[in-house]
Amino acid sequence: MDRIGASVLTISPSRPFRVSATTFGALVWSGFRRYATYRQATIAGSFTNIVFGFLRCYVLLAVAAGAVGNRPGGYDVEQLATYVWVGQGLLSVIGIWGWTELADRIRTGDIASDLLRPVPPVVSYLATDLGRATHGMLTRFIPPLIIGALFFPFSTPDRWQTVPLFVLSVVLAVIGSFGCRYLVNATAYWLHDARGPQMLWTLGSGVLAGLYFPLRLLPEWLTVTLWVATPLPGLLQTPLDVLVERDSPAVQAGLVALQAFWAVAMLALAALVQRRAERKLVVQGG
Amino acid sequence: MIKMQELRKDFTVRVKAGRLRREKRTVAAVDGVSLTVEPGEMVGYIGPNGAGKSTTLKMLTGVLAPTSGEVSVFGLTPVPQRTRLALRIGVVFGQRSQLWWDLPLHESFRLLRHIYRVPPAEHEARLRRCRELLDLDGFLDTPVRQLSLGQRMRGEITAALLHGPKVLFLDEPTIGLDVVSKQAVRSFLAELGASGDMTLVLTTHDLADIERLCDRLVVIDHGRVVHDGTIEALHARYGSRRSLVVDLDEPLPPGFALPGASMGAVEADGHRVTFALDGSSAGAAVAGLVAVASVRDLSVVEPDIEDVVARLYQAG
Repeated sequence: MDRIGASVLTISPSRPFRVSATTFGALVWSGFRRYATYRQATIAGSFTNIVFGFLRCYVLLAVAAGAVGNRPGGYDVEQLATYVWVGQGLLSVIGIWGWTELADRIRTGDIASDLLRPVPPVVSYLATDLGRATHGMLTRFIPPLIIGALFFPFSTPDRWQTVPLFVLSVVLAVIGSFGCRYLVNATAYWLHDARGPQMLWTLGSGVLAGLYFPLRLLPEWLTVTLWVATPLPGLLQTPLDVLVERDSPAVQAGLVALQAFWAVAMLALAALVQRRAERKLVVQGG
Repeated sequence: MIKMQELRKDFTVRVKAGRLRREKRTVAAVDGVSLTVEPGEMVGYIGPNGAGKSTTLKMLTGVLAPTSGEVSVFGLTPVPQRTRLALRIGVVFGQRSQLWWDLPLHESFRLLRHIYRVPPAEHEARLRRCRELLDLDGFLDTPVRQLSLGQRMRGEITAALLHGPKVLFLDEPTIGLDVVSKQAVRSFLAELGASGDMTLVLTTHDLADIERLCDRLVVIDHGRVVHDGTIEALHARYGSRRSLVVDLDEPLPPGFALPGASMGAVEADGHRVTFALDGSSAGAAVAGLVAVASVRDLSVVEPDIEDVVARLYQAG
């Protein structure tokens, strides 16, 4: 038994508050593994994404057919089809919906186990979420894209920087989305049940992130306000606009910079809220 | 190693007071607990439901912030220094899981190695030891969600030990386990404690856990410590005595008295009599009895800890 009780000094790191890259990487991998377990759910999810892709695409193409110059919101038909199908692929990568794990753990009191680990909860949940997003990118992103490309004309990027910017933008969208979801879930610290905020989030994020329709269809002043004053367009609209080259190169890069600002802000806010919550935490259920 | 000084935790509850009005009321879950635990001690922390056991444990591990009072573990203040403390303590909550629901047990362990940054050789050595003693090999590849409660608890205890903590906090580790699993967990913890290297703080409702494992018993009720000492001290304090149960061929003569023992229950028309041993040894009492009566059978019954504790709880 002496070996189980071996000296703790050998594992106590010199910088205990820093999370090492290996720890972070292992947590990312665990997130990936957890989602990889549910293969049937992955297939069912992709099927649903594809069905809704057809619906959304036909609706938007009908809008385009009736719009002046066939360019609603400044998108041509190829750009619209790409917008819809890449958006369908990105849905489960960015994962704006359906994450209630933190709220559930707060409600049941299991959050206590998270607090007993030497990694701050925001960091460990972020790492796990990046693992989930990576799994989504490898399994859920491609099928809608292939089906979409078979049935509709797609636009292809002309600028060299578009693809790297798109990749960066997707990473930022995942981080921003995580920050928002963490905050929505964290309301459970105060409310004990986050279902109300979750519903509001589900409704609001779908509309204001540009999922139901591109935000460019709204009046310009409203679009700009949403973009500058909220993190929501950065969750879906920005990566899609970057990919379809809706704007000039300068605006394209500017949108990603704005998205980066919001991603960092949401993470910082999530960390702040978590610290606040820990001070008043009540662990439920004995 | 562990110090608590006038530790207190209040919770605010809202109580209905009229049709729409709700009143705030403060409830003290832990009400001024002062305790010191030395390295290598095995402390049983018991009390009725809602007595404040788990709340104390949560304050010791940094999950809950105390309302007032002082608490330190390894000289660290648990809430502000929680992440540093987490590297040095192990915690098992019998009613919660610290394993990853969707992952096989061995992957949970691997992940914990990275989270606690344990050198691979140390991790392997500790895991091998736990695998042997807790018999984990049959279900290491099973996802945690498919484990039985007994298997999961063995996994939980392993998970709490892989980073080599010096203090292990266990909150009802045998709750809901079958007899065999309980015994496995108890003998593992007993062996862990016997090394003298590990401090163990255990809350439980199963007093057999305490009798088997702990040399020190702390009883808490309504947030206050009502007993702190050995189990024997508890018996002495509450006057629980050994008893002698005798089966006789003939009832004892009326007015019979046995020096150093008092007569208790008389059953079976006087053919079975129970004596409480007040000061006399069992041998002396038996000798006194056989001198006057024909004894067919006898047994000496140790005092029942459950009775003592039940009396203690009811008194509170």
